[in-house]
Amino acid sequence: MYLIYVLRRFVMLFLVVITAASLNFFVPRMSDKNPVLEKITEMSESSAPGSVDMQNLLTVFNERFGLDRPLWEQYLSYIGDMLTLDLNYSITSYPTRVADMIAQALPWTLGLMVTATLIAFLLGTVLGALTVWRKDSRLLQITVPVVMVFSAIPFYLIGLVLIYFLAYRAGWFPIGGGYSITSFPGWNWEFIADVMRHSILPASSIVIASIGIWALGMRGMMVTVQGEDYMNFAEAKGLTSRRMFLRYAVRNAILPQITQLALFMGQLVTGAVLVEIVFGYPGMGSVLLQAVDYLDYYTIYGIVFVLILAVAVSMLILDLVYPLLDPRTRAQSH
Amino acid sequence: MTAEATNLSAAPMAAAGPRNRPGRGQQIRGYLRRNPSLGIGVAMIAGLILFSLIGSLFVDERMARPLSAPPSQPPTAAHPFGSDSQGRDLFAVLVYGTWLTVRLGLVAGAIGVLIGGALGFISAYFGGWTDRIINFVTDVLLTVPALLILVIVASAIKEGLTPTTMALIIAALAWRRPARQIRAQVLVMRGAGYVNTARISGAGPFEIIFCELVPNLLPFLVASFVTAVSAAVLASIGLEAMGLGPKNAPTLGMTIYYMMNFSAFLLKLWWWIVPPIAALVILFVGLYLINTGLDELSNPRLRRRA
Repeated sequence: MYLIYVLRRFVMLFLVVITAASLNFFVPRMSDKNPVLEKITEMSESSAPGSVDMQNLLTVFNERFGLDRPLWEQYLSYIGDMLTLDLNYSITSYPTRVADMIAQALPWTLGLMVTATLIAFLLGTVLGALTVWRKDSRLLQITVPVVMVFSAIPFYLIGLVLIYFLAYRAGWFPIGGGYSITSFPGWNWEFIADVMRHSILPASSIVIASIGIWALGMRGMMVTVQGEDYMNFAEAKGLTSRRMFLRYAVRNAILPQITQLALFMGQLVTGAVLVEIVFGYPGMGSVLLQAVDYLDYYTIYGIVFVLILAVAVSMLILDLVYPLLDPRTRAQSH
Repeated sequence: MTAEATNLSAAPMAAAGPRNRPGRGQQIRGYLRRNPSLGIGVAMIAGLILFSLIGSLFVDERMARPLSAPPSQPPTAAHPFGSDSQGRDLFAVLVYGTWLTVRLGLVAGAIGVLIGGALGFISAYFGGWTDRIINFVTDVLLTVPALLILVIVASAIKEGLTPTTMALIIAALAWRRPARQIRAQVLVMRGAGYVNTARISGAGPFEIIFCELVPNLLPFLVASFVTAVSAAVLASIGLEAMGLGPKNAPTLGMTIYYMMNFSAFLLKLWWWIVPPIAALVILFVGLYLINTGLDELSNPRLRRRA
């Protein structure tokens, strides 16, 4: 039975990805802008007048990218490319491969987002667990509602507030960028320290904006766990409060939090786009925005496809793992 | 937030029965006392809208356009919020921008809940293939990162984008979550006794939906509307901050974009930076407080949990 369920989920994944990828193909084509024309216009603007043979370039590029062929043919070859994970070349910065562009931008985005998300997850989960456990602590009972209100504010606004106070007024941090213009990228301490300094504000804005979400989830689970029989049993056994908290309450309440985290990770890069724009951070967001500006089809396709795949696969993994962990969902899925 | 703590007082009220049921005004007052965040949230949003309405009596809309004031002026009597580096009067920008942004949220939220609600009802009530197809479409669209679709669509029609088209673009995706949530709620309610009674007494499906299900789901629909408004504003500000918004309209998001694009931070124009961020923070926190305040209404189980 589980096998049939797994098979069904895989078929579903395939359909979802194909449909989403098709949307991804057709939506940019709605624009009446032409990426090749955009590129050539840009080229001719930045070089001596008359030195660029526009007509010839247009033909060559259209042919190179197959943009002169009928739409359905382009669509089929696009789907073929996506299925074989061939992300093609960027139009704007030909002959750079889209996969290379992603490979260069992704570490920045992932480094920032994964670190920030993990910090927020840890702080939020601990905070949420403690508010339920230590109902007598006034500090906690005030902190959590405040933190939750913060989660209502989008992180780029929190980012702007942080830039205003800590970078602009106090001057403690740089206003933006991934590293200083004066420093030279490389694996040396100076550069690493510089990168860290630049990442503190964007990371803090993400942490501040998402602690509340994790705290809320953990609090909800802890409240449920507290009513369970095994908690009463543990208390009757005379276990210490500390042991009950860690081994019985937190351990049982944290599972849904971790599943949430897995789902969150799939959507990380999407969330990064705006943070990167606000902080001028080099990463997937900046690459995507530039691609959208020039309507660079293949770069847009590549990045969006990677995002779709990440979300779909993380959802699939969750769906496959859930029935194994929770017998109640197993009964439902049949 | 404080719902749990104050809920003990709710129990005897709910158990009072129909005979000495408190009057409607008293009920509402009681609810607000138990859920103070609802009142605070409504006050914050009302304050923003009032600021915008009253402000519009004092200042001409044309003042929100470039070159209507001397550029980069700190606040003075003539321009109480100063002006930006292209000479927009920032008081006018805030007055008209706040309204444009709030209106966008209301329009997109309403469309989202209407379409999502309709789909959710149809999907849950009819079941079978109808349900499967609607569900599949919702699934797919939920997988695609919304912001990315919006980025691509907005960039495709960047020329001549108005606040209204912007609202419609965002509304086009705003129905996904309501559709899913309302479907789940209807699935639960479909088997309820009063629905069966209505069915046996010969009511058609639409009669049941409109006469039996919708009135009972009303609190839930209101809560979903507030969430949708908040999500729509979130999406619009995101798009506008990327420079994909209506170029000629002084919405709050466009103000954020101009502020970042023209390096207000480096130029040290604090009066350009603070007001739009403050207005947006009030807007988001207000919507959030209304939402938590409505929790008890849309999820009566919360009332009993104490």
